[in-house]
Amino acid sequence: MNALRIVTAAALLFALAPAARAAGPADAPSGAMSCSGCHPAAQKVDTTVPRLVGRNPADIAAAMLAFKSGQLPSTVMDRIAKGFSEDEIKAIAAWYGAQKN
Amino acid sequence: MTKHTSRRDFLKTAAAGASAAMLPLPAIAQGAPGRVVVVGGGFGGATCARFIKRIDPRIAVTLVEANATFTACPFSNGVIAGLRDLKDQQFGYDKLSSDQVVLNLSPATAVDAQGRSVTLGNGARLPYDRLVLSPGIDIRWDGLPGYTEQAAERMPHAWKAGEQTLLLRRQLEAMADGGTVAISAPANPFRCPPGPYERASLIAYYLKTKKPKSKLIILDAKDAFSKQGLFRNAWKELYPNLEWVSLSTGGKVTSVDVGEMTLVTDFGRHKADVANVIPPQKAGRVAELAGVADRSGWCPIDPVTFESKLQPNIHVVGDASIAGAMPKSAFSANAQAKVCAAAVAKLVAGGKPDEPKLINTCYSLVAPDYGISVAGVYRPADGQIKEVEGSGGVSPANAPSSARAAEATFANGWFKTITDEVFG
Repeated sequence: MNALRIVTAAALLFALAPAARAAGPADAPSGAMSCSGCHPAAQKVDTTVPRLVGRNPADIAAAMLAFKSGQLPSTVMDRIAKGFSEDEIKAIAAWYGAQKN
Repeated sequence: MTKHTSRRDFLKTAAAGASAAMLPLPAIAQGAPGRVVVVGGGFGGATCARFIKRIDPRIAVTLVEANATFTACPFSNGVIAGLRDLKDQQFGYDKLSSDQVVLNLSPATAVDAQGRSVTLGNGARLPYDRLVLSPGIDIRWDGLPGYTEQAAERMPHAWKAGEQTLLLRRQLEAMADGGTVAISAPANPFRCPPGPYERASLIAYYLKTKKPKSKLIILDAKDAFSKQGLFRNAWKELYPNLEWVSLSTGGKVTSVDVGEMTLVTDFGRHKADVANVIPPQKAGRVAELAGVADRSGWCPIDPVTFESKLQPNIHVVGDASIAGAMPKSAFSANAQAKVCAAAVAKLVAGGKPDEPKLINTCYSLVAPDYGISVAGVYRPADGQIKEVEGSGGVSPANAPSSARAAEATFANGWFKTITDEVFG
């Protein structure tokens, strides 16, 4: 399972825009840097909003696509996910996943 | 474990590839990474300064700010209503040194756009390759007859958080039960579009719990406002003593009579015990000094780079900018600042900035456990920042109280997260 996830993540990293290949702010794909307004980068922040840094990209993308389709209920993420294409979502997910937790 | 190592190795290779690709860029080849000055240490400026350094640590970044302590506007309505302390709104700049941002605590007094330098009140002259301005708002003291800086001591605006916030709170605390609070809301555009209505809600909450015989009236220069349906439904349910008077029903305040504690409209005079005048606004003063504000008082910008349309090499982010469909909010300023930082780093290195996407999310508290939100996703189109079709919108009209409570929790989480990113 883990191996599959890593292969998927690596495939995503290769398949997507060049900007998604590295994990620093210089390489942030379009839209990705807005997320940290609510999703904390730092572990110390006390919030119920989940961190994205270091998560499995496939899980982030799956959640975003489910918010976008309405399959997964949410308060605000459905409205935000609808502003991104599947490719953009996967690029953002890969970028967050590639960052060190 | 091996699998993780292979992933890291892959990333290392990818990163090495990326740096190799960057080498031929002229500025880097010449060993001239550039100098950037950022003026204004709020949600826009402090974010931008930090992210330029994180994107390209070789760029020298100086943040210019007049005050050693920043007082945040988001959540300051809670201070007015006695739900939080002002110190919960206040942040220093000491952590910015962890990103090697140089801080210069002095007001900018002149900008030489041709010679590319900024002069400060302490006499420093800072040359720049790129200048980023995030000056927030200033009050238009000529925008509402009778409303002067002296008048604001009797009728606070509290639209720049700090002493004005505490003044309004003290006035509410001093008011007798049975008094009238009046809020004057301005025409668009202004800082924080849902702000006047969140403020009205939380003041109404204070009155309901502490001074239930009192009433609150909003005199509005508009017929429509942000999250209107959600606010009005909540008011009907929670605050029967709150009245909203729209532009077309005579709500526009045309002058104030401070001596009489009266707000004047074309239709009548409204005497108040506490009057909160949210006056017309414009871009902060340094925008005028730099020649980047147009006749509207706000700053036209390129939607990809946030570079001024009026002066080359100067960028404007946050409330001061004309950012199309994006509202003047702390979230917007922070999102714009990160996009601007990436663009500035690229431009300094001789590269071409990428087309950005930006998000805004604004929470408002109608009561401490009752949150509502508006969100949007934006991109450059036709020379402006436009909302992505089919995205965004406000919280649902018929959400259960559990959803309102969840949004109130997310609102609190947002404030902690964004202030940690900007100042922590």
